[in-house]
Amino acid sequence: MIVIQGSNMAEAHPVGFQWVMEAKRRGAKVFHVDPRFTRTSALADSYLPIRAGTDIALLGGVVRYILDNELDFREYVVSYTNAATIVTEDYRDTEDLHGLFSGFKEENASYDQTSWRYEGQGQNVPPRDTETQRETAAGLEHESHGAPVNGQTQRDETLQHPRCVYQILKRHYARYTPEMVERVCGIPQEKFLELAEAWTRNSGRDRTGMLVYSVGWTQHSVGVQYIRTGAIIQLLLGNVGRPGGGVMALRGHASIQGSTDIPTLFNLLPGYLPMPHHADHPTLDEWVDSIRHPGQKGFWGNARTYGVNLLKAYWGDAATADNDYCYGYMPRMTGDHGTYQQVLDMIDGKIKGYFLLGQNPAVGSAHGRAQRLGMANLDWLVVRDLFMIESATFWQNGPEIETGEIVPEECRTEVFFLPAASHVEKEGSFTQTQRLLQWREKAVEPPGDARSELWFFYHLGRIIRERLATSTRPRDRALLDLNWNYPTHGPHAEPSAESVLYEINGYEVASGRPLSSFTEMKDDGSTAGGCWIYTGVYEDGVNQAARRKPAGEQSLVALEWGWAWPANRRILYNRASADPDGNPWSERKKYVWWDPQKAEWTGYDVPDFEKGKPPSYRPPVDSSGVAGIAGDDPFILQGDGKGWLYAPTGVLDGPMPTHYEPVESPVRNPLYRQQANPTRKVYTHPINTLNPSPPEPHSEVFPYVFTVSRLTEHHTAGGMSRMVRPLAELQPEMFVEVSPELAVERGLDHLGWAYLVTTRAAIEARVLVTDRLTPLRIEDRIIHQVWLPYHFGFEGLVTGESANDLFGISLDPNVLIQESKVGTCDVRAGRRPRGQELLELLVDYRRRSGDLGPHYPPQVTTDVADSGRDREV
Amino acid sequence: MGVRRWVESWPLYRQLTGTDPLGRGAAAKSAGSLSLTARTETADSMARSVCPYCAVGCAQRVFVKDGQVTQIEGDPDSPISRGRLCPKGAASKSLVTSPFRQTTVRYRRPYSTQWEDLDLDTAMNMIADRVLAARDETWEDVDDAGRPLNRTLGISSLGGATLDNEENYLIKKLFTAMGALQIENQARI
Ligand code: SF4
Repeated sequence: MIVIQGSNMAEAHPVGFQWVMEAKRRGAKVFHVDPRFTRTSALADSYLPIRAGTDIALLGGVVRYILDNELDFREYVVSYTNAATIVTEDYRDTEDLHGLFSGFKEENASYDQTSWRYEGQGQNVPPRDTETQRETAAGLEHESHGAPVNGQTQRDETLQHPRCVYQILKRHYARYTPEMVERVCGIPQEKFLELAEAWTRNSGRDRTGMLVYSVGWTQHSVGVQYIRTGAIIQLLLGNVGRPGGGVMALRGHASIQGSTDIPTLFNLLPGYLPMPHHADHPTLDEWVDSIRHPGQKGFWGNARTYGVNLLKAYWGDAATADNDYCYGYMPRMTGDHGTYQQVLDMIDGKIKGYFLLGQNPAVGSAHGRAQRLGMANLDWLVVRDLFMIESATFWQNGPEIETGEIVPEECRTEVFFLPAASHVEKEGSFTQTQRLLQWREKAVEPPGDARSELWFFYHLGRIIRERLATSTRPRDRALLDLNWNYPTHGPHAEPSAESVLYEINGYEVASGRPLSSFTEMKDDGSTAGGCWIYTGVYEDGVNQAARRKPAGEQSLVALEWGWAWPANRRILYNRASADPDGNPWSERKKYVWWDPQKAEWTGYDVPDFEKGKPPSYRPPVDSSGVAGIAGDDPFILQGDGKGWLYAPTGVLDGPMPTHYEPVESPVRNPLYRQQANPTRKVYTHPINTLNPSPPEPHSEVFPYVFTVSRLTEHHTAGGMSRMVRPLAELQPEMFVEVSPELAVERGLDHLGWAYLVTTRAAIEARVLVTDRLTPLRIEDRIIHQVWLPYHFGFEGLVTGESANDLFGISLDPNVLIQESKVGTCDVRAGRRPRGQELLELLVDYRRRSGDLGPHYPPQVTTDVADSGRDREV
Repeated sequence: MGVRRWVESWPLYRQLTGTDPLGRGAAAKSAGSLSLTARTETADSMARSVCPYCAVGCAQRVFVKDGQVTQIEGDPDSPISRGRLCPKGAASKSLVTSPFRQTTVRYRRPYSTQWEDLDLDTAMNMIADRVLAARDETWEDVDDAGRPLNRTLGISSLGGATLDNEENYLIKKLFTAMGALQIENQARI
């Protein structure tokens, strides 16, 4: 059983999809849920069309189906999840509060999470208030470990206690019936039941099911909760930590997983350590305690070690116990410093310089016009890329030239274009979507002035440090003390990528010996390591990521191909592939188990558990850290060792996922008075106008739902595909897919032109009339959805208008990802107006939708009582 | 050439009568194709690489002759891709050898309507000047309560999830030491 939802795997991850087809050949049933029928749907056993932005309603329906029919994998659920854990009396559900949870504070639209806690969890108050956590995207820190809870919880393993998680979950999803799924998502009830039936049938000792998603799930104002709902189903059915199970995130870029692990993100340091916050983390001790949560169970108890090793890797000899390992050098966050905040600050003239490193926000980020106007208001911009992309030429060729919003002679931005080396012209590692690092050898020298980012940043750092060499200013110490000694080679003095990998891996300071595991790290400055979760990739001084033992010469798990973090484990939490006593759940699903003779865990993979800890181990009362994890607690990085059906802390928009409508939706939320995610991140900047949605009036001005995704032949913003001849030839033009019914309604001709309008932009595209899109019946009306590829821009061999120009900026509160998979628009036949007329068109739409000024929908709509209907428009 | 030899030289005849009914092997060969050699056989060297597009991470073999990439193929040894590449991975030789690649530094002055050439060393020094100036102009030592900030909000960076782990590591390390916080990546987006 494989469920693919929020992903067009056959077209966006084609070579990965071969394994879905292998599974299908061996009898697995494949389901595809998507607003549009794609090649993935064509190859699936069953396809469910869905209204974009309603996946939680569908998945919540599956949760209800499981619980109402008691189809959960009970042994797994009782032992390995928090189903039995009891929650405080103070907790109130969205059922009681019209779509809000208890603790909602209207003044800053965030939750006080105190009432969500486990009974007896004590005064383990989150270290930062929820608003600060939203501003700093604190949810991202949990990628490698759970949110804080301490260990001493109360449980009812009969699952009957009215306040145990199992019963709370049951009440929370009680109204997510097949009828409701049909009303919200437009999915016929028999289709829904077919999915729910197949998913639950493939559960238990002998069977597993897998869930696959991609950015069709993440790019929403409730994106994190989409994935949580999938995780809840997979935990209830016993599909986590077992072969053929799991929640598979298909990531979109060669090393996007690596870019989160070793982040270039404002709020994270390598290994998911938080960037220090000025108020919460003034000292090293406070920073460390906020990560390890004294009293908490699990591996995160060693946070001090991971933090000290990073500081030691950064500042080398200068970092000593006496100066808190140079912790004081770290810059501090005061709030949201994310990419969208930055763009608005550029428009407001607050930012001087901007580096773009293989990234094309003029096409690839939401609200393209805001991106381009921001870049047009800088002192300087450095673009490093293979090709002349839109983000380098916006001042010359952008759509704002035609409207007069950017005039080259008046645009002050100084632009440096520096050519970059391609993937074959440098060596280094990518981390692919399963946390697997693969090393690339260098094939040839880069042409002309082209250089790697490694070269650029190493030499930029070198020049800056030389300039400051005689400085005595305190602010320059962090640069001057920086451990910046990498050997270089070749005609261009290229720094050695392996020497950087060695530092990432970590080493013993005195001997230089590479560490083989993060358990060898010390918190006394005697070891240094740049990213604790990557320790082991350079074990024994061997580049483990470069291993390429042919698949045919090793086991199916292929442990000798590349290296996966942590510790070369291929399936995380694989202790759960054995039963509580440590025996395989079944011969068929055997993977990792306890060997009583040898008194150790063994199996086909590297066990994700302390090797010698027996299944019978029970922690002493009041133990914490690793010792607090029992021998049958597989989720070793969670504060209570359990998989979380209910998140007592750490997920900012609620302990359980709830269906909210997208920020822009033509439909009133049929489930609650609360329309959209009340805690979403809102930017009230004049450029960020939003289309009205119910219960506000005038949503009929933008009656259609649009969604965007990828073509096989192009890649994201097109910077690596629209400039490549064979790819450009295969997909030469921007287009919009519409259903035959919508074509009739709007007078659109197949292969003719249409334009789409939002309050931000109007873009035109060729029309493809196709029954890949189906009008959906939502309550008593028909909702039309249209689909566009988002790869096109105004440079390259093939050009077209950019779908991302249509979006406004609304973000998920947990990780600050933008809602760029769903919005509302109007669709009109013909070419769009040009120049001044285009601006007038947008003004006209804003006037007709009720507001000429910038428009922001209300965060909270629980006082509007007409739940379920959209009558006021 | 006798009639029989002549007929046998037809690929279709050999496909219908021979051992290759699908016409994908022996039947499709000709005297011309027999004299060809694959670029993979005449290459000077082969580098083991990974596709730079999506995160499936298909393995590639990059063949080089006379310092030029002559062919990129899927690596059959890979347990992930088993030698396959999708249209993008298969086009990656066209990507790296594209005549449209920029190979020299380009520079646009403020208020200018055109690009100019610039020497790489000069560009590096100009960028270092600007970074240091922006940092100085926007430096914040402490917050209102006197707690350390050690930072500049005058500098931003965005990109790219096609960078190597080692590159991202150096980027974050240098910017952090510089006090530049506003470092972002496709991984947010
Ligand atoms: S060949 Fe295609 S599927 Fe494989 S990594 Fe490249 S883009 Fe992804």
